[in-house]
Amino acid sequence: MSYAEEIDEQGIEGYLARYGNREMLRLLTCGSVDDGKSTLIGRLLYDSQMVFDDVLAATQKASDRFGTTGDDLDLALLVDGLQAEREQGITIDVAYRYFATDKRKFVIADTPGHVQYTRNMATGASNCDLAVILIDARHGVLEQTHRHSFICSLLGIQHFVVAINKMDLVDWSEDRFEEIRSAYSEFAARLNVRDIHFIPMSALKGDNVVRRSDQMPWFQGAPLLDHLENVHLASDRNLVDLRLPVQNVVRPDLNFRGYAGTLASGVIRVGDQIAVLPSGKQSKVKSIVTFDGPLQEAFAPMAVTVTLTDEIDISRGDTIVAPNNAPDLANAIEAMVVWFDGAPLRAGSRYLIKHTTAQTAATVTDLRYRINVGSLHREPAPELVMNEVGRIRLECARPLAADAYSKNRGTGSFILIDRLTNATVGAGMVVERKIAKDAISRRGTSADAGSNVRLHGKRQITPEDRKARLGQEPFVLWITGLPRAGKSSLAYGLEKVLFDQQHHVQVIDGEILRLGLNRDLGFSGADRWENQRRAAELARLNLSQGVSTIVALVSPMAFERQEAKKLVDSPNFFEVFCDAPLATCEERDQDGLYARARAGEIANVTGVDAPYEAPKAPDLRLDTAAQPVAANIDQVVTFLRNRKLVR
Amino acid sequence: MNKYALSHLQQLEQESIHIMREVAAEFERPVMLYSIGKDSGVMLRLAQKAFAPARIPFKVLHVNTTWKFREMIEFRDRLVKELDLDFEEWINQEGVAQGIGPFTHGTQKHTHVMKTEALKQALNAGQYDAAFGGARRDEEKSRAKERIFSFRDRFHQWDPKNQRPELWNLFNCRVNKGESIRVFPLSNWTELDVWLYVHRENLPMVPLYFAKERPVVRRNGTLIMVDDDRMPLEPGEQPQMKMVRFRTLGCYPLTGAIESTADTVPKIIEEMLRSRDSERQGRVIDFDEGGSMEDKKREGYF
Repeated sequence: MSYAEEIDEQGIEGYLARYGNREMLRLLTCGSVDDGKSTLIGRLLYDSQMVFDDVLAATQKASDRFGTTGDDLDLALLVDGLQAEREQGITIDVAYRYFATDKRKFVIADTPGHVQYTRNMATGASNCDLAVILIDARHGVLEQTHRHSFICSLLGIQHFVVAINKMDLVDWSEDRFEEIRSAYSEFAARLNVRDIHFIPMSALKGDNVVRRSDQMPWFQGAPLLDHLENVHLASDRNLVDLRLPVQNVVRPDLNFRGYAGTLASGVIRVGDQIAVLPSGKQSKVKSIVTFDGPLQEAFAPMAVTVTLTDEIDISRGDTIVAPNNAPDLANAIEAMVVWFDGAPLRAGSRYLIKHTTAQTAATVTDLRYRINVGSLHREPAPELVMNEVGRIRLECARPLAADAYSKNRGTGSFILIDRLTNATVGAGMVVERKIAKDAISRRGTSADAGSNVRLHGKRQITPEDRKARLGQEPFVLWITGLPRAGKSSLAYGLEKVLFDQQHHVQVIDGEILRLGLNRDLGFSGADRWENQRRAAELARLNLSQGVSTIVALVSPMAFERQEAKKLVDSPNFFEVFCDAPLATCEERDQDGLYARARAGEIANVTGVDAPYEAPKAPDLRLDTAAQPVAANIDQVVTFLRNRKLVR
Repeated sequence: MNKYALSHLQQLEQESIHIMREVAAEFERPVMLYSIGKDSGVMLRLAQKAFAPARIPFKVLHVNTTWKFREMIEFRDRLVKELDLDFEEWINQEGVAQGIGPFTHGTQKHTHVMKTEALKQALNAGQYDAAFGGARRDEEKSRAKERIFSFRDRFHQWDPKNQRPELWNLFNCRVNKGESIRVFPLSNWTELDVWLYVHRENLPMVPLYFAKERPVVRRNGTLIMVDDDRMPLEPGEQPQMKMVRFRTLGCYPLTGAIESTADTVPKIIEEMLRSRDSERQGRVIDFDEGGSMEDKKREGYF
């Protein structure tokens, strides 16, 4: 129905009310120069009456000059924009077209099919819901069809329409259509695409684009526009995982402090408990503020401003999440990357990474392989050149709150920027979590559960048997505090007292770990976390053996301590805070750690140039500045005795 | 629509807000170019929404060619006061000194000096590293390929072959000293979307958009409104009162009126939907060869 008919029928007010509620569909068209892509788009615009008379007249003028369709209007010229490309007869960039029907507003990203323009396709695909893959019925599935389909699937497009075009040139043959359909289906089995739809058409003649074809009565499906109007999109969005990357801190006056951002996924409600990454600090949503008034809830992709009940330090680049559903906080990222730059990507190269609203330095530590975009084979490669796709590992200077791209487009995507030229050199999609985190998720299926009895088929001795044999209820004390706060003194003193009481206990501190088990780790953010993770794993193994563990590690980040607790997964995990002011710790600086940090000789020293987040609610807080060690030990023993864990 | 879905207008609105917030966060000296027209009006509303409850955190700049409709300037001054904008007007004083005007120097020269050059002067003077513009991709074919963040070199020039790829909503905001970015937060809006939004938000608009009896003369098939006595009448030419309105607003001698009776926003939308002509049809400067807008843009025209 045309606009005019619609208005006649409903009156303008009725029309406005209806139009205001239309959905938007973004689609990508891909095909090579000769597949008839521009003609298809021109046909969609023309047949859905989106072309104005003056534009049509100008196009007719151009058609007479450049046209390739004889006396007929060359619809392709409706969309081919820049002078240079018009003369060359090719599309050289991504162009966006807009049209609307009574069901939806459409944004078409028109991208070229040339081999050297992978980057434009990736760009166009990044925001699209649906891809129209054009195939010339005469030529069938070509390597470029593979290439286009792969890039669309790589960029996460879930809906494909395979438009088998130029059916008029193969006598509207059903056999030819079926042949191409099965060839494509066989190939597409290797892609990760939910919904693939095939339509035989002739864009030139207008068959099955907007109007159903009279030439192909054997085709029962809907024409393209019909399909575009009705394809189901609602379930494509992630409304489960709350991710609100903070764009700006809004502070109009002293009484208001809001955090503005666009929800990448999930729903946020007033009263929700939230955590902020990377700090791990928690608070509650006090209000959701908009220009149009407060909201009780907001969902992706809304752009909102939230206020919290606590004054916590949040800045641009942080992410607001649900405490029980937080993404990985990773320095190391595994990702697929599409390379855009003339200078190739190699292992060892350094870039800026922009991920959500965070920006930090990143080093490519590994180029694992290149994907041959035509054959989809993985190939070893020393470098990625422009328009190649490969898998890399990145090490970032700051941990990023990243999700896998397949789960979350917003928090799984990033761009790489050259620090000198400022060019956008690559686009990345996170494929896997940080290796350490991966180990945690594998744990769900592992046989070694701590106090939670998860028996493996082969195991004949349960943790209960071991507890009975040793005659004790094992526990884990996780001692945190600044360097020189007295953690190790406490741990070893305590070990002696407990040992004397016949309690089986082991101390794990930084020295023990670093000298042996963790000799392979450095002091980067990722390695520090891995150091803690292994400590937590050891404590968990000890628990299952009936043995108690005292972990003494700086463990500066609240979020990471929380992760350690999750990993141990036992009610007998206790966080003990050695509370001593920084000044006191610096006075006790026998080995000159602080002094060297202050002199700038070493970096990343907690308390000096790396943050320490004191526990807000530790299970036990010890004053290790004013109290002697013996008193602290007594306090811990009393704590354990009250819980009937020691005598 | 289900409860957790946005209409297309809402979606466009949220995306534009996101863009504005990115620019405000990452650039040192952003500025919003305000042309008084409907797109600018929408852009201002979006800026209010992006930063509420705070004030719009950047300057709003109007490049005045001195040939704007009088009603536009009145409207502008009122709005600046109402919204408490941090406002600046720029006029190319060299052009004024030389007496540049569309009647004496022709449309091309006038546009070049009073608009393109004036804009460059203003951006240089303010050392702005990002400038918001209200251009939309549906306005003209060459704009269909324009990025949302359009990179300009030290001479404000646009190189269509050397633009940064734009993926997801991750915008590369880095520029070297002297370079700048033009930002088009309404890129994905169409003329229809703009009017629907004006309607939804009940935005004030310059009265010239609404049909009224106005004095016009017909020149080269275009209805030009006689807005002040700087307009020389040709022998035998007599302004006639006609029911007209404007689909776009610019310099009055360069902006053609259309005959219309649409005097409310819904009527304008209805007229637009029934119309068979595009909005740029009324713009005198676009009437040259097909690629004229592209050539102007390369020079630094918005």
